[in-house]
Amino acid sequence: MLKAFKYFTTREWIMAILALCFIVSQIYFDLELPDYTMEITMLTQTPGSSISEIWITGGYMMLCTLASIASSIAMGYIMAKLAAGFSQRMRSLMFNQVESFSLEDINKFSTSSLITRSTNDIRQVQMFLTMGLALFVKAPITAIWAVIKIYGKGFEWSIATLITIVCLVIIVGFIMIFVVPKFRKMQQLTDNLNRVTREQLMGVRVIRAYNAENYQKNKFEVANHDLTKTQLFTGRTMALMMPTMTILMNGLSLSIYWIGAHLINKAALSDKLQIFGDMVIFGTYAMQIVMSFLMLVMIFMFLPRASVSAKRINEVLTQKPSIIFGNKLDGNGKRGEIVFNNVNYKYPDAEDCVLQGISFSANQGETIAIIGATGSGKSTLVNLIPRFCDPTSGEIYIDGINILEYEEKALRKKIGYVSQRPVIFKGTLFDNINFGDNGSDETNVKDAIAIAQSKDFVENLDKNYFSEVAQGGTNLSGGQKQRIAIARAIARKPEMYIFDDSFSALDFKTDKALRNALREATEDATCLIVAQRIGTILDADKIIVLDEGRIVGIGSHRELLDNCSVYREIAESQLSQEELNNV
Amino acid sequence: MSNKMMGPRPGGPGGRMATFEKPKNFKETIYKLFSYCKSWFPVIIISLVLAIVATILSTLGPDKIKDITNTITNGITSPNGIDIKEVTTIGYILIAMYVSSGLLSYIVSFLMATSTQNISKRMRGDIASKINRLPLSYFDKATTGDVLSRVTNDVDTIGQTMNHSVTTLVSAITSFLGAGIMMFITSWQLALTAIASSLLGFVIISITMKFSQNQFKEQQNKLGAIGGHIEEIYSGHNVVKAYNADESAKTKFENINNALYASAWKSQFISGLMMPLMTFISNLGYVAVCVIGAVLTMNGVISFGVIIAFMMYIRLFTQPLTQIAQGMQNLQTTVAASERVFEFLNEKELANENAKFQKFENIRGDVEFKHVKFGYIEGHTIINDFSAKISSGQKVAIVGPTGAGKTTLVNLLMRFYEVEDGEILVDGINIKDVTRSELHNQFGMVLQDTWLFEGTIRENIVYSKENVKDADVRAACKAVGLWHYIKTLPEGLNTILNEKANLSNGQRQLVTIARTMIKNNPMLILDEATSSVDTRTEIIIQKAMDKLLSGRTSFIIAHRLSTIKNADLILVMRDGDIVESGKHEELLSHNNFYSELYNSQFSFSSEQGGQSVI
Repeated sequence: MLKAFKYFTTREWIMAILALCFIVSQIYFDLELPDYTMEITMLTQTPGSSISEIWITGGYMMLCTLASIASSIAMGYIMAKLAAGFSQRMRSLMFNQVESFSLEDINKFSTSSLITRSTNDIRQVQMFLTMGLALFVKAPITAIWAVIKIYGKGFEWSIATLITIVCLVIIVGFIMIFVVPKFRKMQQLTDNLNRVTREQLMGVRVIRAYNAENYQKNKFEVANHDLTKTQLFTGRTMALMMPTMTILMNGLSLSIYWIGAHLINKAALSDKLQIFGDMVIFGTYAMQIVMSFLMLVMIFMFLPRASVSAKRINEVLTQKPSIIFGNKLDGNGKRGEIVFNNVNYKYPDAEDCVLQGISFSANQGETIAIIGATGSGKSTLVNLIPRFCDPTSGEIYIDGINILEYEEKALRKKIGYVSQRPVIFKGTLFDNINFGDNGSDETNVKDAIAIAQSKDFVENLDKNYFSEVAQGGTNLSGGQKQRIAIARAIARKPEMYIFDDSFSALDFKTDKALRNALREATEDATCLIVAQRIGTILDADKIIVLDEGRIVGIGSHRELLDNCSVYREIAESQLSQEELNNV
Repeated sequence: MSNKMMGPRPGGPGGRMATFEKPKNFKETIYKLFSYCKSWFPVIIISLVLAIVATILSTLGPDKIKDITNTITNGITSPNGIDIKEVTTIGYILIAMYVSSGLLSYIVSFLMATSTQNISKRMRGDIASKINRLPLSYFDKATTGDVLSRVTNDVDTIGQTMNHSVTTLVSAITSFLGAGIMMFITSWQLALTAIASSLLGFVIISITMKFSQNQFKEQQNKLGAIGGHIEEIYSGHNVVKAYNADESAKTKFENINNALYASAWKSQFISGLMMPLMTFISNLGYVAVCVIGAVLTMNGVISFGVIIAFMMYIRLFTQPLTQIAQGMQNLQTTVAASERVFEFLNEKELANENAKFQKFENIRGDVEFKHVKFGYIEGHTIINDFSAKISSGQKVAIVGPTGAGKTTLVNLLMRFYEVEDGEILVDGINIKDVTRSELHNQFGMVLQDTWLFEGTIRENIVYSKENVKDADVRAACKAVGLWHYIKTLPEGLNTILNEKANLSNGQRQLVTIARTMIKNNPMLILDEATSSVDTRTEIIIQKAMDKLLSGRTSFIIAHRLSTIKNADLILVMRDGDIVESGKHEELLSHNNFYSELYNSQFSFSSEQGGQSVI
């Protein structure tokens, strides 16, 4: 949790100190109140005091109360602003940090974990700052101050208070020690229950086909039973808290009066009234002290969660982005040329290379296809070009310049990238295609959509080019999403296209029509196509066959059929003998 | 005696921030909730009665404290000193009262925790078995996340809030009334003072609550918006980077973030006001009681002990106000959550089939579709008039473009959906006349999305079948070509498959094929079983499936036409009807839709990864 403080700005420190001042003033006024009570007590017990004196004292009491609430409102205002502002800044820092990450950096955390860290974890810290921090400071100060106030007012009473506090801490601590681990376990069991339910929902067809409803039900019952058992334990144990606390506190006020009775009895007549006053006051202060301890205990329940969150945030913020860009804005006159020179790639901490000794080149206007089984490294290979990750060794040149030397935006401006899983953003179709620095020309967007063979379906939508797309494109079919993602790349008019298995959801007719249209529209653009289907890549200028991260063949379809066994195997699995001979 | 009691909320550290929700139909749902909890009524009623007793005991406490104080004050001036005996007697009575009140409230909490948790358990169980009884069409409209959130979030909310709202409301009301009555009995002047100051407080609190509710809602919306944006940008990281769209993403982020800041500090501030305001109210009461009480004491109207008692009454009187407000809110949340749970539990179920006794005996595997008509949405027919006759042992391939209704046929055959018109016969028996489970027992099924669950490989293969020998599992693994791989795993068949599944797509598919082999049903359905694997793996799977297919009536839906060339019967579907049928060569020679499909290229793809149903 402490790590979070190092991100405080000077302004936030000043706000925190200001808040602290208000906390102290609030405590001051809260603790003044009982003094006036004592005064009033004395007045009532002293014969002959005037009513007006009581009114005046009462007026002071009123002022104290008002001053106390004013301080606490001011404190709350500052803390709310501080916490919300701090978490706003942290959220922004996180977002920018993640945006600067490479694929490798992201994989260190996983996307879903980064999302939780940017949302939930920041919220936890914010909650602690607003609610916990003030109490965290207030409770001990109140306790100490109150102790000073009653110090020396009665040894016996102090002992009684001390015993109460010790009992309280022991009992609450005991409950916590037993319950907190169970809370953690409860979270696991809830996850488990969730998993079984999700299983049941995802596999609903299989379950029915196998008549496995009872099997699934038994499984759920076990998970349900485990969860309930733990919840019962925590619920029943936590039920001890309130009654215990009530008994302890009531017990304390009773014992103060009880002890007081004895003390007064023993005292000399002249001291009796003074002791009586002390007793009433002591009761009030003792309650304040006990309450403060209770608060502290509560905060210690809060703290671990916030502190885990702070740690998780800090991990992201201290992760150095692994990719540094150069400052070259353009190549040396060439366009659309890609050269791989003995490139190796290995995942961090992995033993084996994903890519090994990759060398090839592509010239302007050429279509290069990459084919191979799943896991052969096709996607990794194309991810190296826009520098989503960097090779472990070897160089990649674009337009004659090592890609490490390019400025980030300049490098990416050259590339039209289409990912394996189409990424669609919430917004209009137009925004999705006219994305990033694609420019905002409407005819450009329309052309791109036409080339991507989407004109028909787009123009049939309610608001055609400006139709709304849901997050993740859930209101589009798989093929439509893929075509929109392709149109986005086309609208960019890049020097080179990278299609990472981006035609898989298109039927062959559309696939072919799209590629023909693309070829016509962009004759001079270089095209890198990762594919699983032989049909998609038949007419490529060059086909690269990958097997376990190595190039096992480069050439045209015909050539590879003759001299690359891996390619022939793939081809044979998809084409019949006549077809193999025909093409 | 400032009032800062902070009751521990169940749910442990950092209980969730309340977002207030109003049920649509409060009365109806609460009635349903009552009847759902019927079996726990005795326990709940006992605990409510005990809660009332415990609260009454604790409201009587201050009265005794008053007695002690008065005994002491009388003793100060009296020559005999304080009547210690009296003090002791009252002290013991008080101890007895405190302890029994504490004990009772523990019993109440214990009973309530027990009953609510058990009710929650039953609810979860009911939802889970409800899933099994719902028609598949339900899952077309509901998302997994939605059902999941009912099982966990909603039931959890009910468990947490019901426990709290009911007892809190009852004891708060008792305490409120009890303290009120006791105050009037003790001194009506001071009682009026206390009530007046509390009333003022109550007004302030309700206004604040109203404000904070709106701000919370606003904050919740903004949190949702920022979460959505973060999720979208993080998961589209590559594309955002590749298109140099980070700037616009950041701008959008900062806009939402600023709006969130505004609503966040406001809602935090206003909700943070609650506690100080409560303290203020009770201090206000405290001051008022002190001053007025002192004046009354001086005038001899009341004794000093009354003031001391009132200081406690004030707490017992004002505290319930917030508790009642919170309890009401909790109750609303409980009801809103129950509303969603009951909505799910009341969904229309599959028809009961207990009265169907017809069984398939020595099944041959003849299947006949007779003028089948069907649509997922009423009035939107997908299959118009489908007829086909398949004889025992035939390998039937169903091909056609996306949306032609291939998977729909399987859904009808398995009775995942019921035909609108026409009938489907298996061995001459209308499948409507047998139970679903009897029908399902005749079919093995391999689907496109390989459904594996977290468990060992063995569990995944054996699945729901009982008394399967290890030798059979081994044989099945060998038949699909998985055995070699499984042997290389340190745990072998006992290797646990989890989310980070150690299996490739192809291997996962092989596991489901092995599962189907173990099940060993007389007929088979393969629905795009190989479309999600690469072509080399497909060959291995194809070989495994050929073993599975031999001698069984089988239905194969495939997107790669090359894989079904050797089928005994190819049904070509287009727009819900069979447009052609026959063997591969025959169909090619017709030079019709099939040959068009086939020749347009050797491979024909349906839309992968889309919905499996439409």
